Amino acid sequence: MEITKKTVEKIAALASLELTEEEKERFTGQMDAIVHYFDKLNELNTDEVEPMSHSNLGDDPTASQREDVLIPSLGTEAALSNAPQPGAGHFKVPRVL
Amino acid sequence: MDITGLTVDALHAAYAARETTATEVCTAVLDRIEAENPQLNAFITVTRESALAQAARVDEALAAGESLKPLAGVPVALKDNQCLKGVLTTCASKILGNFVPPYTATAVAKLAEAGAIFVGKANMDEFAMGSSTENSSFGPARNPWNQDCVPGGSSGGSAAAVAADLCVLATGSDTGGSIRQPASLCGVVGLKPTYGRVSRYGLVAFGSSLDQIGPFGKTTRDVARMLGVLAGHDVHDATSAQVPVPDYLAALDGNVKGLRIGVPKEAMGEGLDPQVKAAVEQALRNYAELGAEIVETTLPNSGYAIPDYYIIATAEASANLARFDGVRFGFRVEGAKTLHEMYQKTRDLGFGTEVKRRIMLGTYTLSSGYYDAYYLKAQKVRTLLRRDFERAFESCDVLLTPTAPTPAFKLGEKTDDPLQMYLSDIYTVTLNMAGVPGLSVPCGLSTEGLPIGMQLIAPHFAESRLLNTAFAYEQAHPFPKRKLS
Repeated sequence: MEITKKTVEKIAALASLELTEEEKERFTGQMDAIVHYFDKLNELNTDEVEPMSHSNLGDDPTASQREDVLIPSLGTEAALSNAPQPGAGHFKVPRVL
Repeated sequence: MDITGLTVDALHAAYAARETTATEVCTAVLDRIEAENPQLNAFITVTRESALAQAARVDEALAAGESLKPLAGVPVALKDNQCLKGVLTTCASKILGNFVPPYTATAVAKLAEAGAIFVGKANMDEFAMGSSTENSSFGPARNPWNQDCVPGGSSGGSAAAVAADLCVLATGSDTGGSIRQPASLCGVVGLKPTYGRVSRYGLVAFGSSLDQIGPFGKTTRDVARMLGVLAGHDVHDATSAQVPVPDYLAALDGNVKGLRIGVPKEAMGEGLDPQVKAAVEQALRNYAELGAEIVETTLPNSGYAIPDYYIIATAEASANLARFDGVRFGFRVEGAKTLHEMYQKTRDLGFGTEVKRRIMLGTYTLSSGYYDAYYLKAQKVRTLLRRDFERAFESCDVLLTPTAPTPAFKLGEKTDDPLQMYLSDIYTVTLNMAGVPGLSVPCGLSTEGLPIGMQLIAPHFAESRLLNTAFAYEQAHPFPKRKLS
């Protein structure tokens, strides 16, 4: 699959990245080369192979769950301590619409 | 006695004999950091005051006749993607440039509980994405053996700090080789534990199915000791395993008689620097002399590991890094008129080039119409990589490969060619894909005087075997200490 500047612009929008013109040009060539390299996997026949999504092999998927009891959480003050713009116990953002 | 160059064993012997104090050692280490960090750039943040306060507490406990905790009075550097409450944790990124975590990572808390002294936060590739520590928004770290060379990455600051005696131990994180490759390039010991062995709570996530925190040290014994502190189940990390933690130090008897060491033939072929190959072959002969049995084996799908890894890791990164949007923490661009404009501009200015490139690649392979062709395909190939290890371990106890294809390379040499940089990880990424543990231990010097490391690989949770195999070699063939500049 060929990566064009148009693909890069579409992906940048999906990733919420405003790329500069220079970045768009540079990423077009580099992503094209890297994605072609990814295509090497097509040499392998994986029709009968199960996908592997994690490496906790053989573990009971619920083994690490704790008892459902209430424990203290971070609290509003600590959670807001790094906020660029806190206000009235919330995170403030520019207008949405 | 040079108190900054000691191992934990030597340090503890000196404390027990009242030859020095934690405050004296900590001061000497901090002074050395002050002198050498301007050149090496191994630290982003140095925590002098809190380190001296920790040291004073250790000295009080010693004076009160308390027994030494496992890491009492040991100066430790923390990779800057691991949260320490109240101390700047940047991930070497502008987007987290002002982030002061309100909580401490479990691994870090365990080190503190064991008496460790935190001297600072170590430089790294931004968000742990890179193999040279050149992708740091705080400038590149340098290799203490030759400052024109990179220390490797992404935990390059940690490895450089240990090699230059700017700490005794350091933490790293390893998603595709980020502990083992810099350990190899800096001539220190580094271990990536089994996936699930060490809690990742408080580690800034990169590739969640791959990331592990692990130790760096000057010797295998120090690394074994530190792993014993770090390992164990944590209710805050659902991927942490409920597997008992053995006594890693007790397992070090240096006996490798009859141990079957497998050498995957793919690891000794094309693309391997002749000097690295020669050093690894010499180590194999040394193991044979120690009574180990050398077995040729194969990891037939390892040629697909790099593309497979970069599909999985970038996909996971694109999802994990979506949280950095200027809303709850970190950098936010000024003057954006709408929320979406704020997101886009904050992320464009906040992330560096390699991070953006990986977010773009991950977003592409996960996007509608490409998911099956790339991400699902990569997950299937990952199963094949895991099976390769399972088969190899049917006839071998450990595997041995080079850690990196070359010794340390020059700064700037690979920055314009991301694919070449990705190939630095060719021997290391397969372990993260399968979840098995690996360790890099120094096994030689190049003619240019740069360290060469070899990688030992064991089945899941067999870190004791890994450490003892490295220990046996290290006892028989001590690695030369770097001459101080």
